[in-house]
Amino acid sequence: MSFLSIQDLTVRLRGKTPILRRVSIDVAAGEVRALVGESGAGKSMIGKSVLGTLPQALGITGGRIILDGEDLEQLSPRARRQRIGAKVALIPQDPLTALNPSRRVGPQITNRLVDILGWSRKAAEARALELLNEVHIPDPARVMRAYPHELSGGMRQRILIASAFAAEPKLIIADEPTTALDVTVQKQILRLIAEMQQRHGTALLFVTHDLGVVSKVCQTMSVLYSGMVVEDTKVRDFFASPGHPYSAALLVATPKYTDPDGSLTPVPEAVIRAVEEEVAAFDRRQEGAA
Amino acid sequence: MSDVIYDVKDLRLSFPDMSRKPILGPAPRIEILKGLTFQIPKGEVLGIVGGSGSGKSTLGRALIRLIEPDSGQIDFEGTDITHMGEEDLRPLRRRFQMIFQDPLSSLNPRRRVGGIIAGPLRLQGLEGIDARVKEALDMVGLPRAFASRYPHELSGGQRQRVGIARAIALRPDFILADEIVSGLDVSSQAQVLNLLEDLVRELGLTLAFISHDLSVIRRLCSRILVLYQGEIVENAATADLFATPTAPYTQELLSAIPLPDPDQVWV
Repeated sequence: MSFLSIQDLTVRLRGKTPILRRVSIDVAAGEVRALVGESGAGKSMIGKSVLGTLPQALGITGGRIILDGEDLEQLSPRARRQRIGAKVALIPQDPLTALNPSRRVGPQITNRLVDILGWSRKAAEARALELLNEVHIPDPARVMRAYPHELSGGMRQRILIASAFAAEPKLIIADEPTTALDVTVQKQILRLIAEMQQRHGTALLFVTHDLGVVSKVCQTMSVLYSGMVVEDTKVRDFFASPGHPYSAALLVATPKYTDPDGSLTPVPEAVIRAVEEEVAAFDRRQEGAA
Repeated sequence: MSDVIYDVKDLRLSFPDMSRKPILGPAPRIEILKGLTFQIPKGEVLGIVGGSGSGKSTLGRALIRLIEPDSGQIDFEGTDITHMGEEDLRPLRRRFQMIFQDPLSSLNPRRRVGGIIAGPLRLQGLEGIDARVKEALDMVGLPRAFASRYPHELSGGQRQRVGIARAIALRPDFILADEIVSGLDVSSQAQVLNLLEDLVRELGLTLAFISHDLSVIRRLCSRILVLYQGEIVENAATADLFATPTAPYTQELLSAIPLPDPDQVWV
């Protein structure tokens, strides 16, 4: 059974403009699923819906999110926060804005354990040190006392990874975790995320626009366009033969230095028109049903 | 001399390191560019690649004299511009232009697209500005009606086309493009690169293309400079660099790129 099951999730802007269109996504325990799409496709909004951190103007207007067998909508706000806090964690995109610049790193890792999960401060600190070791941070005791600006981008991202795994969540949502990093640092961080994911058996929902990254770390994937899932497949199958004209076009648009002529091809207008028409037809059906 | 647009010799540049400034006295300086020597032949598309902090943007800004180097020499078409004052630079500025990374922050939000493209033309005191703006919009494939729109009404790819139109409207000889596609989606990325390729051919431009992405550079550039910590570690023709990268850093960069291919060996 799926650990996370999103069923027909619809999110609208001020109750009107659809942002997510009946999105259904399943993530089994320990599965690594990519959410792929261009900017505005709604891929980050899926993660935010699960975490309950949607921007104020957006709201869930239909569908269900079932986390570990519980329908989140059926829980009281307090119970919902408790369940999400205990079972789900986030690795954000920008490690600098995600850390409080005026506080030392240590408390930023331990506070979650102390405040939300009720650990003792001593146990939380021991756990944080252990995790910083696990994410290969040299001299973790010194880093615990450092301020975020004293650390490099790669180090900050390691700290956020450590922090995400701290409470042994069953699911981690990684929202473009390496987009802000250099390609050599990106490789280290992706390998670290994969290593941690395997060791802890955590399920991962990996939001990215980069099909290169998908092919390296994910097992399954959902391709989004305009808030609609246009393809849901295994990563290997996708790269062998993409199942939707839009996702096929996305693949040949992706840079690939080993194939300079067969990559970086613009998505043809006809493909965009066809997928736009699919979205419009979907909206007409929804209105007809309502 | 006539076939070289830029001749750079032993270029050095440093900034004060304010984080290590003592209470009294000057801050120690960090060397950003540590003695760079290279040439850019006319008509070449030169890729400048490197990690963050490698000095690639600083080098670009020194080339078009947005910043002044400490020492060394930059010759632009035979004229030494290394320490030239702003008065003397102004007539030259028409001949080297820049396209910026983030089109939203490099386009004035309160001005319409037409006014943005016309700005540099006015500063240079040129005639027939309206016609030139229309021509520039045509060349970057934007409808002329876009002249009356504001930047926030456009998509990322369209905004970047406005940035390109502003640069080419002056008919420069040299354009510096600093990470101009890194903020775009792959579909608009490919379109902007195709456009740039066409413009280089049609206008006979010389282009320096700064990027962290070797896949994008391979597509566009004929020659590649690899910068690492302020030094040139490799300067090679594109085909050679990809066939036999010589610098360890280039090899590391290449092997770190995640190709969209599950069978790539990537360890």
